[in-house]
Amino acid sequence: MLNYTIRRLIFAIPTLLFISFIIFIILDMAPNDPTGNLPLTIPPEVRQKIRESLGLDAPMYIRYLLWCNQFFINEPLNMLHQWFGWCIGDCEGRLRVESWITRSPVVDSIVERMPQTLWVVGMSYVVSILVAVPIGVISAYKQYSWFDQAGTLVSMIGFAVPTFFTGLVLQIVFSTMIPSDHWAWLPSKYNTLHEVTDWQSFVYQMRQMAMPVTVLALYNMAQLSRFMRASMLDNLSQDYVRTARAKGLRERTVVLVHVLRNSLIPVVTVIALGVPTIFGGAIITEQIFGVNGLGALLIIGIQGADIPLVQTLTFIFAVLIVLFNLIADILYGLLDPRIRYE
Amino acid sequence: MLDQNANVLDVANLKTVFNTRDGMVHAVNGVSFSLAPGELLGIVGESGSGKSVTMMSLLKLLPMPPAEIQGGSITFDGQDVRAMSEDRLRRLRGGEIGFIFQDPMTSLNPVFNVGFQLMEPLRVHMGMSKAAARVRAKELLELVGIPDAERRLKDFPHQFSGGMRQRVMIAIALACDPKVLIADEPTTALDVTIQAQILELIKDLREKLGMAIIWITHDLGVVAEIADRVAVMYAGQIVEHAPVKELFRNPQHPYTRALLETLPKVEGPRNERLLSIEGQPPSLSEAPSTCEFAPRCKYAFDKCRTDNPARIEVGNSHDVACWWDPTTGGPRDA
Ligand SMILES: Nc1ncnc2c1ncn2[C@@H]1O[C@H](COP(=O)(O)OP(=O)(O)OP(=O)(O)O)[C@@H](O)[C@H]1O
Ligand SMILES: [Mg+2]
Repeated sequence: MLNYTIRRLIFAIPTLLFISFIIFIILDMAPNDPTGNLPLTIPPEVRQKIRESLGLDAPMYIRYLLWCNQFFINEPLNMLHQWFGWCIGDCEGRLRVESWITRSPVVDSIVERMPQTLWVVGMSYVVSILVAVPIGVISAYKQYSWFDQAGTLVSMIGFAVPTFFTGLVLQIVFSTMIPSDHWAWLPSKYNTLHEVTDWQSFVYQMRQMAMPVTVLALYNMAQLSRFMRASMLDNLSQDYVRTARAKGLRERTVVLVHVLRNSLIPVVTVIALGVPTIFGGAIITEQIFGVNGLGALLIIGIQGADIPLVQTLTFIFAVLIVLFNLIADILYGLLDPRIRYE
Repeated sequence: MLDQNANVLDVANLKTVFNTRDGMVHAVNGVSFSLAPGELLGIVGESGSGKSVTMMSLLKLLPMPPAEIQGGSITFDGQDVRAMSEDRLRRLRGGEIGFIFQDPMTSLNPVFNVGFQLMEPLRVHMGMSKAAARVRAKELLELVGIPDAERRLKDFPHQFSGGMRQRVMIAIALACDPKVLIADEPTTALDVTIQAQILELIKDLREKLGMAIIWITHDLGVVAEIADRVAVMYAGQIVEHAPVKELFRNPQHPYTRALLETLPKVEGPRNERLLSIEGQPPSLSEAPSTCEFAPRCKYAFDKCRTDNPARIEVGNSHDVACWWDPTTGGPRDA
């Protein structure tokens, strides 16, 4: 297993280099450039100067190599410096990947936005798993019962209704129809600057997370509970379940040990594969509730043709996807004894 | 027949139906049989004749719904099984009655090692500690002839061959010293040499442990080799029942006779090709009101198409459900 993991990690390097190249080319072909949003009164010569100052006139491969140098060497070294205080080379004057819009290092703004996304989107992911797995198990075990029917209905709604709609409905109900002194009132906007220092501020944090987390969790839960249900149904009709019953085991043991253990294998894989989407943020939901997360950052970057920012975010997603693919495969191997990686 | 109370298992007039979306399936229609301690009862019949459903009804192992036990009585060791609480029934399953299933490839849970699966009934029924259960599990694997038992406890089902898996299943079924072992086509999915080994193993274990066995098969050859008595099933009914020698010497029901004819003969001229029984098995969508075999029976006459025959004693503990009398070639005068 260790050998396999190391081999996969080594294989990941050319994969990621290739992905970085593709990302670079595609964004380079985009017709927009950072001067596109500037007022039309700025004369073309000035625009050209701005482009030159950004290094946009150099040939593509030079810009790619420079980007690689910054991204794969400078940024990691800088991270070591900032987090652990280890200084290698020129720590103060090191060139960073900088945003064309804000002129500040891209990685810094990503790190700044990470907590909001992890709080809201990450929490919604955890919530949806915790809710979806039991729902899936019960729905499958009591197939076609009223519980299963209700679960199916909620899943359909979760699938079909877009998050901007559920988000607005929740806002109308919990932020406007309920008076703001009522205990059930929830803030319609997420306050990014809010800091958790004591119990009361923690409660406020929970309240402001409640709606965005619910909106996101609903969609994810719909998907996951259906998946869990299907996987349970697959296993409930297997012969080994009959064997377990014929051994005189309690129904609870049969379902929660024998069937669940088998059913979780594909579900855990799907959950692992879905983790990168957390970091992608939830663009629409973040907009509605004013969560200044990575999704919002990406939108700003795209609108402003802030290519370094978009490149960096996209590439980080690519890394996460490759990484969690590997994690999913390893989990599969750990959970299913029939799988052997050599 | 023996004294009723001496039997470990008595089944009378068992009826099981499935309420499916396409209507009812009458899978078991009034099956009665008994089993004395230490006896081996063979049950034969073609696919779909209700052998498995009968056995699974005994322990309520069928999915309910769609399955429903509509009538009949099941007595195990003098106790009414149908009236048992779920808890009591669980002690029966795997504790007093062991079950071996048809397909060893799928009957074991793929994600738990064999030791775990073997120790489960020991811990549930005998209240053994983990350590004690492990010792016993190892003994059981040795009992069913698996070499290097200690180490193999940690292996997963996919690391065993089909024959070895069936041995594991047998070990699980025998774990708690059951009074009755129900073997539902335990060798059908295995190749012939392995099949012979498993047969030998069961014969051997029966001598050592002395449990009663119900052996389900559609192979009369196997029955001839190991059974004391045989019941022949057709369309969810027992159509003929006799001690094994008597059945082979003096088959009464046209279906049994046809089954015997389909056996390849060792002596005498061989048939050009394997014989089969003409026609289709009945649909089971209604409870039988006529002889279900009549449409495929070359001896059928009017009465067969209007009345369903009950089981009639013909002597030598032999009974048959048929209006036709092979000795006279005409209707029975019962
Ligand atoms: N879950 C079910 N739902 C509906 N019908 C069923 C179900 N299980 C079994 N049956 C029906 O019950 C009848 C008896 O099936 P059973 O499995 O007992 O046959 P069998 O004699 O064991 O055959 P085989 O030799 O193939 O194992 C068949 O007609 C089958 O279609
Ligand atoms: Mg069967």
